[in-house]
Amino acid sequence: MNFTLKIWRQPGRTSAGTFKQYTIDGVAADMSFLEMLDGVNQKLVRGGEDAIAFDSDCREGICGSCGLFINGRAHGPARGVATCELRMRHFTDGEAITVEPWRAKAFPVIKDLVVDRTGFDRIIQAGGYVSVNTGGVPDANAIPVPKHSAEEAMDAAACIGCGACVAACKNGSASLFVAAKISHLALLPQGQAERKDRVTKMVAAMDEEGFGGCSNTYACEAECPKLIPVTTIARMNREFLLAKK
Amino acid sequence: MGLLTDLYSSSIGKKITVGLTGILLCAYLVVHLAGNMLLFRGDGGAAFDAYADVLPSLLVIRIIEIGLFAVFLLHIVTGTIVWIQNRRARPVPYAVHKKNDTSDPLSRIMFVTGSVVFIFLVVHLNTFWVPARFGDGSHHSMYGTVVEAFSSPLYSVFYLLAMVLLAFHLRHGFQSALQTFGLKNLKYTRAIEAAGLIFWLLIPVGFATIPIFYLLNP
Ligand code: FES
Repeated sequence: MNFTLKIWRQPGRTSAGTFKQYTIDGVAADMSFLEMLDGVNQKLVRGGEDAIAFDSDCREGICGSCGLFINGRAHGPARGVATCELRMRHFTDGEAITVEPWRAKAFPVIKDLVVDRTGFDRIIQAGGYVSVNTGGVPDANAIPVPKHSAEEAMDAAACIGCGACVAACKNGSASLFVAAKISHLALLPQGQAERKDRVTKMVAAMDEEGFGGCSNTYACEAECPKLIPVTTIARMNREFLLAKK
Repeated sequence: MGLLTDLYSSSIGKKITVGLTGILLCAYLVVHLAGNMLLFRGDGGAAFDAYADVLPSLLVIRIIEIGLFAVFLLHIVTGTIVWIQNRRARPVPYAVHKKNDTSDPLSRIMFVTGSVVFIFLVVHLNTFWVPARFGDGSHHSMYGTVVEAFSSPLYSVFYLLAMVLLAFHLRHGFQSALQTFGLKNLKYTRAIEAAGLIFWLLIPVGFATIPIFYLLNP
């Protein structure tokens, strides 16, 4: 397959960026989007040019490092996959593909397609954890967890923190990310002790970072590679209100 | 007070404010529509005029009126603040953004539909409420004012258009408010959507019957 790529190039945080056009041929349909970009980079490096910077790590949809805005969609046109899991068969031969970094005030571009997502880390630091005393390893089955709570908590815990929710939302809102973390811990017995504190602090941190608010367009749910439902956002709102009394 | 300002300062608190005032305004629309239906009694407006005359003379209505204005103001001001803050969260737009693939367009244009409804509201108050409330008392009757206003097809069409936009606004707004309150979960989503459907459609259609009636019976 052959493609014409329009890729955002930006040398650094403060420098101005622009789209540059590249062509690539001989792409196999089963290649991932990132492998295709690796091919482009190989060519660029051989020609003495600066490689296109983009984030990736596991390349199997579990770490949340990757994230590109491809042809107007976060993680590209396929549903429920991260950019690293996106295959070139999702595109038609000869297609022109526009690749942009996540765009949000809270996710400034560092270089080319790499954005600074440490805002997410700071939200987690604000309360996305449970405090446990050190000591012997507790028995895995010592604390009973109802089946449906475990299931729902696990669904929320599937969040890999890639930031597609922020990227897709017209408001650049981190609601789905924060709601997933809050739901995950609020549903489990281990999360009860810090439950109220957690939601209050994490929501404050989210606002502090400059993410927008939720206006219930549900674009986040549609783009989430882990298909985390917006019912988690309803739960976050509920937790937020209950923490106030 | 500390709790309220604390709530209002957060993005979720503002959303809850918009949602709560929105639901209150929805409740008001139901009452307003019920009163308007007196227009169709076929008694030459006697019942409608009696209703329109007694309302301002009641103290409780005067108090509700002030509360209603406050609710409107809070809804509009907070909605606008939220809109501005949300726009600021993405200073650099995408070159390509296929929003329609992932969300309902109506959910994204609440500020636009709300603004048109606001313009309608100003015109509407100026036509009916201001003369009745601040007029020199020489106004004939509220029924007369209604007939006079809708004798202009332009006014009727404007009214209809506003109702379409109100329907758009309510379609997203109603279910969105319940999501914001955290009332939507997997179990109730369907029920809420069904209730919302009746709501966003029936209320504007109810109001729209008035200009339609006068357009058909000039
Ligand atoms: S590289 Fe790990 S999720 Fe894509």
